[in-house]
Amino acid sequence: LDKIVLVEYFRAQMRKDPDMASAVAAIRTLLEFLKRDKGETILGLRESLKWATDCLTGEDSSVAVSSGGELFLRFISLTSLEHQDLSRCKKVMEERGELFLEKISMSRTKVAKLCHTFIKDGAKILTHSYSRVVLRVLEKAAAEKKRFSVYVTESQPDSAGRQMAEALRKLNVPVTVVLDAAVGYVLEKVDLVIVGAEGVVESGGIINKIGTYQMAVCSKAHNKPFYVVAESFKFVRLYPLNQQDVPDKFKYKADTLKTVQNLSEEHPMIDYTPPSLITLLFTDLGVLTPSAVSDELIKLYL
Amino acid sequence: MADAGEPEGPERKDDIVKAKQEGKELTKEEKQRLRKEKKQQKKSKEKKDDKPSRDSEKEKKPASAASPAPQTPTQPPAQKAPSAAPAPVPVPASETPSAADKPAKSKAELKAERRARQEAERASKGKKGDVGPQAAPGKPKAPPSELQPVVKRLPEHVQVDNPEVLKKLAKKLERQQIPLRSDYGYKVSLFSHLHQYSRKAPLTQQLGIPSTVIHPAIVRLGLQYSQGIVAGSNARSVALLHAFKQVIRDYTTPPNEELSRDLVNRLKPYISFLNQCRPLSASMGNAIKYIKKEISNIPSQCKEEEAKRKLLNCIDCYINEKIVLAAKAIAKYSIEKISDGDVILVYGCSSLVNHILCEAFEKNRKFRVIVVDSRPRLEGREALRRLVQKGINCTYVLISAVSYILPEVSKVFLGAHALLANGYVMSRVGTSQIALVAKAFNVPVLVCCETYKFCERVQTDSFVSNELDDPDDLIVTRTGTTQLEHWQEVPSLGLLNLVYDVTPPDFVDLVITDLGMIPCTSVPVVLRVKNVDQ
Repeated sequence: LDKIVLVEYFRAQMRKDPDMASAVAAIRTLLEFLKRDKGETILGLRESLKWATDCLTGEDSSVAVSSGGELFLRFISLTSLEHQDLSRCKKVMEERGELFLEKISMSRTKVAKLCHTFIKDGAKILTHSYSRVVLRVLEKAAAEKKRFSVYVTESQPDSAGRQMAEALRKLNVPVTVVLDAAVGYVLEKVDLVIVGAEGVVESGGIINKIGTYQMAVCSKAHNKPFYVVAESFKFVRLYPLNQQDVPDKFKYKADTLKTVQNLSEEHPMIDYTPPSLITLLFTDLGVLTPSAVSDELIKLYL
Repeated sequence: MADAGEPEGPERKDDIVKAKQEGKELTKEEKQRLRKEKKQQKKSKEKKDDKPSRDSEKEKKPASAASPAPQTPTQPPAQKAPSAAPAPVPVPASETPSAADKPAKSKAELKAERRARQEAERASKGKKGDVGPQAAPGKPKAPPSELQPVVKRLPEHVQVDNPEVLKKLAKKLERQQIPLRSDYGYKVSLFSHLHQYSRKAPLTQQLGIPSTVIHPAIVRLGLQYSQGIVAGSNARSVALLHAFKQVIRDYTTPPNEELSRDLVNRLKPYISFLNQCRPLSASMGNAIKYIKKEISNIPSQCKEEEAKRKLLNCIDCYINEKIVLAAKAIAKYSIEKISDGDVILVYGCSSLVNHILCEAFEKNRKFRVIVVDSRPRLEGREALRRLVQKGINCTYVLISAVSYILPEVSKVFLGAHALLANGYVMSRVGTSQIALVAKAFNVPVLVCCETYKFCERVQTDSFVSNELDDPDDLIVTRTGTTQLEHWQEVPSLGLLNLVYDVTPPDFVDLVITDLGMIPCTSVPVVLRVKNVDQ
């Protein structure tokens, strides 16, 4: 299975269901790749899966794709592969792959179920940019007949915040779009801040659209709770110490990395929020404090 | 069995009497055995081999007692009901005693069954542990319920100002024939619960030559510790393990003794002696625990030569895995965190941090190092020497200049003496100060520590458990003038030479261990995972 077909399949998956997380599309692609792969050895299979993950990261450079791919590989190989026959091993791996996919498709619902109880009636929520998980949480809260209003930041350079505002208006939720620079101004009016995450790192911090760190610092200064909602496949084995410690391959979009020579002219798309600024993380593994994220990661990886 | 009291026809009287008598003996025997078992259980928890055999023995006995009884052996609790019912027993005299020993017997039965059940559970839990990690990604919520809570016995805190504790310690040392080292000089009242020894009076002077109780390798090691010739957490542990290897080589099992039990008892006075020379560190404590476990796990049918060879091999493996290979793994992770153009601050002389910096330099990373040093040990000079020898660009400052130099620094690398279970880092005195100032300047602080230094203890301040070094070290200054020479004569003057201090986890950004990079708050997770592995 060569690169072009792989990337095409991935793009098709993304187009088919725009609501699906890019990592889920990547995992679907990897599962299809596994089914069609004609490798002869298990080691060869893992190598080609890793190669496939790299190809997909080259297409969509978000943290979630790389973390999702790695977790997929770990999940399917963390079983007894002692069968004599390669095709039986492959079948076992495929079954586990399907199981993994099933679990993560349920993850957004689980997160929404956990988080909506933290939104009280009459709450004013601040959120950043367009996050499908946050949207699902707010949908659930609205379905529970809670009355709340939302402030969304515009989130330049791609104005993703306006997309979020549109989606919220369809839910009949009163929404206001604010400038990125107005976060400090608006924070005294809000009760809580909920953001999504592109990746959750080992320290318990998050990697998210640029502007999240600012929001976290301001909410800490105002003593407002800062909640993060993320699925568990976004947990990644990275440990940034500060902003510049985040690898370049995640900071910029994939096409930018390929075409541009001097990255210092480019504006990074993500930033890192340290765990000291985060109150709670809502994941499908439960409601975690930032220090518990490392606990979960150790359980997953060690 | 407990059928003895069942209402039987008069022709079964003899059977009943026989069964009752056997029953009575059994209960006495059972009781004795139970008592013995409890004592042995308290002494050594490792004797799992004996217990199942005894359990099966006990179960066989009641089972065999069941056979003379004509009735079908039913469960003892179920039988309590029929036996308790004052049925028209043809032997009324035997009713009460049989009723009395029936509950006693059934209690013993219950205990035996309970123990057997516990054994089975423990065995199944062991098996479950193997399957557990495989199922972990699928069921992240399952493992916590499977983990057995292992209650560790923590070493008691030193309490020098408590005369009862001192008396107990003195008695214990007298029993082991080790001289008691006396404290020296006036102790600052806040630390009066700790020992303070003088380097000029090593414990070895009080030992007779040749010492019959303590192996000469251990005597030499004790002297090296107390004079500060062997210093540093890793160095001390490795020296300890090498000395123990020598002890094992020279050891011969006395007749009528088992190697697994006698050797452990032989090591106890050595450990007390070393503790008197210089308080044991957390890493040494963990190494000793490991050795003791390995020794007591030697099967009794193992020949002495083979057992000794196995033990020496174990110790070599331990040193290789936990210290040498761990250092390599930590260096690999740390090099990812060192980027070109970095200015790295180190404090004192940590063998691990020096190793990391040398490795990074060999991998052609461009960085420079600032070595911070402090009196009276001036260990930074040794670190400086090692780094300059490699060709690394170094600067040397004293700790008083740390806030002056920190704006230049991009990262701080610290070593650790031990990592406590609540995430606090115990390290050389001054480390906490550097971490504090670094935090104020927003400079990331990285602590490098091998997992064998992780300790189950919990401490939130540097007072409760620490070490006081020789106060006379503070007297001498660089120019040789000693104004404090007669400090003992001034009643209101006390000299305090602390060795360790404790850094809270808020000041530490990252801990690099051989298992990977973890936040400071995940130390108890690693301890838990290690317990499950063992």
